[in-house]
Amino acid sequence: MCLAIPGKIVSVKDEIALTDFGGIRKDINISLVDAKKGDWVLVHVGFAIQKIEKLDLD
Amino acid sequence: MKQTEAKIRNAAKGISQATIMEVCGGHTSVIMQYGLRKMLPENVRLVSGPGCPVCVTSQHDIDCILALALNKVKIASYGDVLRVPGTRMSLDQARSKGADIKEIYSVNEILGSDYVLFAIGFETTAPMTAIALKHKTEVYCAHKLMIPPMRALLNGGLKIDGFIIPGHVSAVIGSNEWEILNVPQVISGFTPENILNSIEKLLILISRRKKIVVNNYDKVVFPDGNKKAKKIMLDYMRVVDSEWRGMGNIPLSGLDVKNPKYNAKRKYADILANVKSKESSDCRCGDVLRGIICPEDCALFRNSCTPKSPKGACMVSAEGSCNIAYRYGLIR
Repeated sequence: MCLAIPGKIVSVKDEIALTDFGGIRKDINISLVDAKKGDWVLVHVGFAIQKIEKLDLD
Repeated sequence: MKQTEAKIRNAAKGISQATIMEVCGGHTSVIMQYGLRKMLPENVRLVSGPGCPVCVTSQHDIDCILALALNKVKIASYGDVLRVPGTRMSLDQARSKGADIKEIYSVNEILGSDYVLFAIGFETTAPMTAIALKHKTEVYCAHKLMIPPMRALLNGGLKIDGFIIPGHVSAVIGSNEWEILNVPQVISGFTPENILNSIEKLLILISRRKKIVVNNYDKVVFPDGNKKAKKIMLDYMRVVDSEWRGMGNIPLSGLDVKNPKYNAKRKYADILANVKSKESSDCRCGDVLRGIICPEDCALFRNSCTPKSPKGACMVSAEGSCNIAYRYGLIR
């Protein structure tokens, strides 16, 4: 349940953002954040929970 | 790694004995997988607390969902909880008897559908339930809040000198929220390096008696967290008393749905009123969750209780201490 991974938003339609996770792309619900194309977000169970800077998570 | 071990040993120098607790299934898993306890000096004990959302869900809630499912209510649930044994059977077993139980990865899959969401999890997962409610999905809400049980543990029998704080719960609620516990705390991410560094920082706080919160995951955790997510949670849900497996009722430690129209506990109250639960007397999941025993202290561990035939929630969930200990080795 704690698993959350960073991804980069490729495109947005309404509350769904096509998000890139190191080459794999998935539709993510961004209604919990204010994010736009090009933003990096932290994703948990199909939702962005926080907008973040691009980072190495070490 | 030798350097890290030395740093931790150094940080623990001024301390006669310290017990630190982590309260996150994600942390439990990395700690076990990488054998991080071996890096700790003899005067430091790292225990696992109630950080597994599936494990702390009460037997009663499992039985209630079972009652709904066996009464032809369509249920949607996150995966792990399906195999937790209820008083009579697990949700998975109910499914094989014909109950319509849909395993979901995300509530996105059921927004506005006629499935009732079995909403478990902590503050990381509660905002998603709020979105489901916004889309007129019915919810059986069993969400729990992290801080109240930690306060209860601090006032309980086990001496806890500090906490390693869950990074993703913190991403939602913010680093400021934890200050109320008034005990040394370090918010940690999920790599082994970050966790070890967080432990080192925590030991320094403990040795200097500094009851503050240090944010060691600051690229993701901000002081106020995600305000939008917090607001929507409280728009659709209210804080209520909640029953925790192994800890009993903890005041104001859970969430329930505000709007009775989408609150499955109200809508199906007649079915739920007849649910009677009885936990297994041999299963010591409750003691494991409170950090009182390690999995291997339980007589059932690796005997009658294994991931294939789990006797309790801690062995079912991938974030449960017993499941993790079984897969990666002993705690001690």
